Amino acid sequence: MARGAGALIPLAVAAVVGLVILASLAAVLGHGGAASVSAADWAAVRFTVGQAAVSAALSCVLAIPVARALTRRRFAGRQAIIALLGAPFLLPVITAVFGVVAIYGRSGVLNRAFEAVGLPAFSLYGPQGVVLAQVFLNMPLAVRMMLNGWAAIPAERLRLAGALGFGPGAVWRHLEKPMLATVLPGAALAIFVICLTSFAVALTLGGGPDATTVELSIYQAIRYEFDLPKAALLAAVQFGLCAAALALTWAATGAPGFGAGLDRAALPPAPRGWRRPGDALAVGLALVFVASPLVAVLGRGLWHLTDLPPQIWQAAGRSILIALPSGVLATAGALALALAPNRWAEGVAMLPLAASSLVIGTGLFLLLVPPFRPGALALPVTLAVNAALTLPFAYRALRPEALALRADYGRLTEALGIAGWARLRRIILPRLRRPLGFAMGVTVALSMGDLGVIALFADERSATLPLMVQRLMGAYRMDQAAAAALVLAGLGFSAFLAFDLWGRRNADA
Amino acid sequence: MRSLILAAGIVSLGQSALAETPVLSVLTYDSFVSEWGPGPAIEKAFEADCACDLQFVGAGDGAALLSRVRLEGAATEADVVLGLDTNLTAAAAATGLFAPHGQTPDLSLPVAWDDATFLPYDWGWFAFVHNRDFAAPASFEALAVSDARIVIQDPRSSTPGLGLLMWVKAAHGDRAGEVWAALADNIVTVTPGWSEAYGLFLEGEADMVLSYTTSPAYHLIAEEDDSKTAALFDEGHYMQVEVMGKLAGTDQPDLADRFLAFMLSDAAQEILPTTNWMYPAREPASGLPKGFETLIQPGTSLLLPAAEAEALRGAAIEEWRAALAR
Repeated sequence: MARGAGALIPLAVAAVVGLVILASLAAVLGHGGAASVSAADWAAVRFTVGQAAVSAALSCVLAIPVARALTRRRFAGRQAIIALLGAPFLLPVITAVFGVVAIYGRSGVLNRAFEAVGLPAFSLYGPQGVVLAQVFLNMPLAVRMMLNGWAAIPAERLRLAGALGFGPGAVWRHLEKPMLATVLPGAALAIFVICLTSFAVALTLGGGPDATTVELSIYQAIRYEFDLPKAALLAAVQFGLCAAALALTWAATGAPGFGAGLDRAALPPAPRGWRRPGDALAVGLALVFVASPLVAVLGRGLWHLTDLPPQIWQAAGRSILIALPSGVLATAGALALALAPNRWAEGVAMLPLAASSLVIGTGLFLLLVPPFRPGALALPVTLAVNAALTLPFAYRALRPEALALRADYGRLTEALGIAGWARLRRIILPRLRRPLGFAMGVTVALSMGDLGVIALFADERSATLPLMVQRLMGAYRMDQAAAAALVLAGLGFSAFLAFDLWGRRNADA
Repeated sequence: MRSLILAAGIVSLGQSALAETPVLSVLTYDSFVSEWGPGPAIEKAFEADCACDLQFVGAGDGAALLSRVRLEGAATEADVVLGLDTNLTAAAAATGLFAPHGQTPDLSLPVAWDDATFLPYDWGWFAFVHNRDFAAPASFEALAVSDARIVIQDPRSSTPGLGLLMWVKAAHGDRAGEVWAALADNIVTVTPGWSEAYGLFLEGEADMVLSYTTSPAYHLIAEEDDSKTAALFDEGHYMQVEVMGKLAGTDQPDLADRFLAFMLSDAAQEILPTTNWMYPAREPASGLPKGFETLIQPGTSLLLPAAEAEALRGAAIEEWRAALAR
C-alpha cells in the first residue's frame, strides 16, 4: 500500500460516517413543512446543556482520585475493580435506571437505611437524580479513559522522577497534570455529549416536564407533530452544541510529549502517610457507588432467568451477530481517524455522538424504504448505524495514544520507510494494543445494548435482545424483562471483558 | 455499505419468491406483535381459513405508528393499520391515506361509535392502579389534596400520557390547568413510556400509576396475584379506544375487509382480553374471561370526539407543561 492510499483511508471513513449522519439529517430536513422552534424547545436546550455539563464535570473530577489510586497502588482485586468499571456504561439505559432506583429510590436501600436511623428521605426525582444516574453511568468511563492516560506515561519518566526525589506534589506538576491535560478534555467532551443526547435518564428521573431534553422535543416533533424539519433543526442545534464543546476542548487540550520509552513496566511512586488511606477511601467509595446498583440489577434478574422464553436466545444470537461486525467496523474506522494527522478527523469522529438516533433512523427510512422493505433492512441498518454511533467511543480510547505514537515514533517510522501493512502490523497494532482492546470491547458491548434504530425497522423475525426487553416490559412482564436485561448486560460485559483482557495482556504495567 | 445493499436485496428477493399466496400486511405497534401480545394467536386464527399469509409489522408504539404511516405515505406496502387510538385518528384521517371500512358491527363499547374510517377492536378505561391495601383517593381533587404519590407518562411521548391529559380536560374543562397545578406535588416523576412508569410503581416508587382498569386483571389471571386494584374516580374515566383502518392504497382490499371483520369476530375478540389486557370491542358469546368481573366499573365513560381531541392537544400540552413547571 502506497502512502497516498494510506491517506485516503481516513477520508473514506469520514465520507461513510458523514453520509450516514448528514444524509439522514438532510433527508429529514428536506421532507417539507415549516420549522418553528418554540420557547419551550429553548428551555429544553438550556436544561439539556446544564445537566450534561454538570454531569460531565462531576464524572471527571470524581474520576481523578480513583484513577490515580488505581494506578499507583497494587492490591488483590485491583484488576477485578478495573474490569467492573466497564460495566455501568454498558448497561441498557433503562436497566441502569432501575438499578439506581433500587439503591437511591423512595423504597431503595439508602432511604430504608435513612428511615431506620431517623434521617429525612433523599428524593431521587429531580435534577439531582438525573446527575446521580449520569455520574453512575459515566464516571467509571472517565476512570477507564484516565487509566489509559496514566499507563501511557513511560517508565523512564517515572524512574527519573524517583531518582530526582519527586514528592507527590512534584509528580503531579511534572507528570500527572500534563498527562491529564491531554486526556481530561476529551473524556469530559465524550461524557458531555453522551449526556446531551440521552433522554430516558433525564425524563424518567427528572421529576417532570422541567427535565425535558432536546431529544424529547425531537421525539415529539417526529411522533406527534410530524414536523420533520423542526426535528432536523433541533438535531442541528444538538450538533451545534457538540461542535462548540469540541472547539472548547481543542483550546483546552495540552500537547502530548513525554517522549518514547522502552516499554518497561514501572509503578508510579506510591506515597505513604495520609495518602494511603486517602487512596483506599477513593477506591472504596467508587466501588460501593458503582457496584451497588449493579448488585441490585443482578439480584433483580437472577431469579427469573429460568422463566425466560426461548425466543430470548434467538434474539441474543441476533444481537451478537450485529454487535461483533459493528464493533470491528467502528474500531477500524476509529483507528483510521485517530491516526490521521488532520484535526477535521476529530470532528468527524465525534459527529455521531451528537446525532439523534431517532433522526438517523427516520432519515434512513426516508432514503431507503422505497426500494427496500423495512423488515429486510432491520439488521443491516442496525449494524451500520451502531457502528457509526459507537465509533466516537473507540476514537476517544485510541486518540491520545495514537497522538503519542505519532509524536514518539512518527519520524523514525518515516525515516525507516515503514509504511502500509508493515507499519500497521509492526508499529501500530503492538503499540496500540491496550486501547484497541478497550475500543473493541466498548463498541461491541454498546452495539449489543443499544436500541438505536431497530424499533423503526424490526418485524416479528428480527427482534434483538434490547427490543425483547422492551417488549417484555410492555407486556407487564417486568420480572422476565429484568432477567432478559441481565442476559443482555452479561453478554455485553463478557464481550467487553474478553476484548479488554486481550488488550491489557502483557500491556498492563 | 455494499454488503448492506446486497444483504437487503437478497432478503427481499427471498420474500418476493414466496409471494404466490396473497400477503396481508398489517402495520401495528410493537407490543401487539410480540410473543406476549395478541399477534401470534391472531395470526394463527386468521390464517386457519384465509388461504393467505398474514404479516404483522411492528413500529414502536401508537404514536410511532402514525408517524410511520405518514413516513411511508401512499407508497406503503401495508394494507391495514391497527393500533391507533381516538386521540390520533383525526390526524390519521387527515392524511387521506385511509379508506372507509363500510362495516356495521354490533359493538359493545360504553359509547356510541360512528366513525366511518376506523373500527375499534378493543378499548379500556384509564385509571390509577394501586395496591389493594392503599387507601386511594376517589377523584382528581381528592388526589391533589392527599399526599398520595403517583407516576404518570409524558403526553409528548406516550399515548397513556396523552390519555391522562384528555381525561383531566374532559372532566374539568377550563379548570384543567388548576387541577394540574394542584397535582404537581403528588407527581413523583413523568416517564417517557408506560412500561417505565409501571415498572417504577411495581418497585414501590409510587402509591399509584396511570394505567388501565384492566391492569389488575393481568396480575390476577397471569400471576394469580390479587393485590392490585384500580381507583374509581367520581369524575368518570377517560377511555382509550384502539382502532384499525384499511389503507386506500391496499392491493388486497377484500382480504383487508375480511381481516377487519375477523378482528371483531368471537375468535379474535376472545384472544384480546388476556393478551392485550383490554376489553373486547364486541363482547364474544363466551363473555369476558374469569377474573374480569372483579375489576372496577366506572359509572361515567369520558371520551372526547377525535376532532376535538386533535384540536385540543397542542394547547393542553402547553397547559400541562406550564402547570408542572417549577
